[in-house]
Amino acid sequence: MEAINIIEGPVSVLDRSDVDTDQIIPKQFLKRVERTGFGEFLFYDWIRDGEIELEPNPILVSGRNFGSGSSREHAVWALDQFGFDAVVAPSLSDIFFSNCTKNGFLPVVLEQSECEALAAAGSGRIDLENQKVSWDGGEATFEIDPEIKRRLLGGLDDIALTLQLEDEIEAFEAGSGGSYGPVTTALP
Amino acid sequence: MPKTMFEKIWEAHEVREELIYIDLHLVHEVTSPQAFEGLRMTGRKLRRPDKTVATADHNVPTDGTPTAKLIADKLSRKQVQTLEKNAADFGVPVYSLGSETQGIVHVIGPELGLTQPGTTIVCGDSHTSTHGAFGALAFGIGTSEVEHVMATQTLVQRRPKTMRINYAGRLAPGVSSKDLILATIGKLGTGGMSGYVVEYAGEAIRALTMEQRLTVCNMTIEAGGRAGMIAPDETTYEYMRGKPGVPKDFEAAVERWRQLPTDEGATFDYEVEIDATGISPMVTWGTTPGMVVQVTDRVPDPAQMEEPAQRQSAERALQYMGLEAGTPIEEIRPERVFIGSCTNSRISDLREAAAAIKGRRVADSIRAMVVPGSAMVKRQAEEEGLDRLFEAAGFEWRGAGCSMCLGMNPDILIEGERCASTSNRNFEGRQGKGGRTHLVSPTMATAAAIEGHFVDIRSWN
Repeated sequence: MEAINIIEGPVSVLDRSDVDTDQIIPKQFLKRVERTGFGEFLFYDWIRDGEIELEPNPILVSGRNFGSGSSREHAVWALDQFGFDAVVAPSLSDIFFSNCTKNGFLPVVLEQSECEALAAAGSGRIDLENQKVSWDGGEATFEIDPEIKRRLLGGLDDIALTLQLEDEIEAFEAGSGGSYGPVTTALP
Repeated sequence: MPKTMFEKIWEAHEVREELIYIDLHLVHEVTSPQAFEGLRMTGRKLRRPDKTVATADHNVPTDGTPTAKLIADKLSRKQVQTLEKNAADFGVPVYSLGSETQGIVHVIGPELGLTQPGTTIVCGDSHTSTHGAFGALAFGIGTSEVEHVMATQTLVQRRPKTMRINYAGRLAPGVSSKDLILATIGKLGTGGMSGYVVEYAGEAIRALTMEQRLTVCNMTIEAGGRAGMIAPDETTYEYMRGKPGVPKDFEAAVERWRQLPTDEGATFDYEVEIDATGISPMVTWGTTPGMVVQVTDRVPDPAQMEEPAQRQSAERALQYMGLEAGTPIEEIRPERVFIGSCTNSRISDLREAAAAIKGRRVADSIRAMVVPGSAMVKRQAEEEGLDRLFEAAGFEWRGAGCSMCLGMNPDILIEGERCASTSNRNFEGRQGKGGRTHLVSPTMATAAAIEGHFVDIRSWN
């Protein structure tokens, strides 16, 4: 994963709430077995039908509950590959938020009024280290879990970090923790 | 100190702070190929194939296509064949086309006895919350997390907040668990459970059968919830007893599971009270599951909504749905009816739908289909003669799969078609580009198929 810190530049605005992952990347594009090639299909129906126009700017601002619905990580891949580096909204769905952080794509939650001001300003600067978003005439701070922030700033690989704890996982499995749940390979 | 059920499960699975051990990893063909590929590229093993199981569901044609290599759609075929190869390469049991136990991932887990109380369950699918009905902590993850679980059998997770919804009283006759959860989402909103693990509790929940409970937990994600849970009880154990994947010493396991329910006096971050007796059959009118009203209501008028974002969303939704504000719900006439999906495709759903037919026929204006959730449900239904009841009434009887819930297989709506659907999402284009989805219970869907419009099944015979 690539390290990120400062994301700066023009803002694209999608003034809708409850933008679900079925809109971000419609189901017919989920049949790929690769992680690439999704950018051109971002918001496929809305863009193709002329409902919206979006420039591939560094920052996307949208309405509340962005990324709701399906867990498809393809939604983050599509946003990233289209050209966005960060999404800013009054709320983001849980799974979508988590998927963003696994791809070096920055999810930022600001107040509704702050999102509107950033959208109106037309460009902005996100500073992850200092958890600050600024635009011409204003600025706001945002919350992010310290561990998620550390991994984003360092571009750290989650799996490699966890595999360093293999001894602890083995000890857990050897204790009572390993005894829960079915043995899938034992089914007829 | 008294603990919630969630806290007990969470604490029993902490390898260390914020690193949670996963007991069961369910895998399907859409969200796994990039994860398997990641393992290959880094030379990593799949740590615990014995805690992993795969099935093909999203892409599966429901026309009886017997093997993956005969799937007509080239990309779907490749995705299912890739799953088969990946499972073989990494030693994971797989139920693909032609298997006697193939089916929707959230249907086969419970029916095989893999879904067990007190366990942690994940899947690259947002409807994984379904399994929480057994008193498990079950939630959807993205593909990067799928790879993480494959490689480490753990997940890096921050501890979520907890919510309990207490339902007072019981559901009225004719009102289903689908109506209960739709009404709950309508009340709390599409982000109302965001950030929370939700425990559904109270008399109405205790009175539900196991499969009705699965419907409730299934739709937790539609209100943004991380996971939905219901405490296990005799209903749970009775349902599990004799299923192939349950613990060998079942009675000893039951004794352990009896310790799981939330202790008296345990506290939640948020509690909600809902009067179950006041819930009616529900129908969605818009493009989120939160846009829902009682069948006896009318399509809402956006002009009367105070919040600008809500008004704007409602206006867009009505335009997309081709509906006028003020139209009585009972006057809405679907052209398609879909009974199926991980929400409502289990044997009891099909029994309920079939029982409502009572010798009548599907209206001439409607094409209706019934899609069992798994090959096992299909066999059971056919043994009971449900397939013949459906077909005699003019319903199509299909093979097992996700089918028209999400349009990744040949079962889709065409532009402008209106569908009464027992699935979980009415998003724009979810069932096919331009398709218009109304979410309802299986009995409500059956009644709509027969009458050609929505009806209040409480006064329908």
